[in-house]
Amino acid sequence: MLWSLFSTFFKIGATTFGGGHAMVPVIHREVVDTHGWLTNEEMIDMIAIAEVTPGPVAINTATFVGYKKAGLIGSIVATAGVVLPSFIAILIVVSFFLKIEDSPIVNAFFKGMRPTILALVAWAAYRIARVTLKEWMAYLICGGALLLVLGLKFHPIGVIALSAAVGLMHYGVRSALRPGDAQQGGNRVDN
Amino acid sequence: MIIKLFTTFFLIGLFTFGGGYAMIPLIQKEVVITNHWLTMTEFIDVVGIAEVTPGPIAINSATFIGYKMAGIAGSALATLGVVLPSLIIIVVIASVFLKVEDNPYVKAAFSGMRPAVAALIASAAVNILPNSIVDVPTAAIAVVAFLLLRFTKVSPILLLLASGALGIVVF
Repeated sequence: MLWSLFSTFFKIGATTFGGGHAMVPVIHREVVDTHGWLTNEEMIDMIAIAEVTPGPVAINTATFVGYKKAGLIGSIVATAGVVLPSFIAILIVVSFFLKIEDSPIVNAFFKGMRPTILALVAWAAYRIARVTLKEWMAYLICGGALLLVLGLKFHPIGVIALSAAVGLMHYGVRSALRPGDAQQGGNRVDN
Repeated sequence: MIIKLFTTFFLIGLFTFGGGYAMIPLIQKEVVITNHWLTMTEFIDVVGIAEVTPGPIAINSATFIGYKMAGIAGSALATLGVVLPSLIIIVVIASVFLKVEDNPYVKAAFSGMRPAVAALIASAAVNILPNSIVDVPTAAIAVVAFLLLRFTKVSPILLLLASGALGIVVF
């Protein structure tokens, strides 16, 4: 298990350029589809947690998944795995110190890759929307969040905190009205 | 110097939420303005190098600056410093979250957050659009890549490398 955590997150770290949300589909594929370490819902919750905690999404996910599967040791091994590729790559770059960004071939490579990064991010959003947008309140939250972050330039932490509060009031009140549910740990609060 | 590198990058790791480009202003302030470890031009080069190497920008710049200031030991400590805050916080959160995952109020809060996550990621796509789609061929690559992701089981990694190779041929 430890080796599997390390090698999977090493692979994720080695193949995600620029970081951020472009990594989400790669992480999703490995962690949910290939290994089944997280469910679809847990993966989305993980992104929400990563948004409200410091540090890059890839590191947060590695630490979380590692902890869930193999405790503290697992979290350290998975985090080391995701960090090591960038560490090694940068050491190689600085020790040669090539000005690779000025090479026309490297420029062309990245010009070709950038639209694919865009497609990856759009795909991540699409996939998550398909899982989460099931009833009117979810549409309302999603639309409101888009307006806040794009239109009013809200910080993502504020958007996540607001949507959690709305969820707590809307879905939480609904389950409180059926107290039996809440006491039993009510799985009727769906999605 | 090594301790200063560690504490500075620990602070950077602690105060940058969400990761990615949101971290750049803070790194710039600490590294260029407060500590004078890099000039502004050197800093822009570091961001460029971070773009073309794998991994998050925070890690790349910590490794780079640490190496420049104090060799391998400096790079290891700066990288450790930037990673440690997330590691500690997530371990604490994970140990709590995995216990309360089934609590109805926790479930309710996360039900509210999930549609917002979809919106945040969609907005990230909107933000990178102007730098990604600059002409007709780049627009075509984006559309084809999205359709491949939607309708086939193609690996995202393979898709990235293939589009980069295509870029070398086309541009």
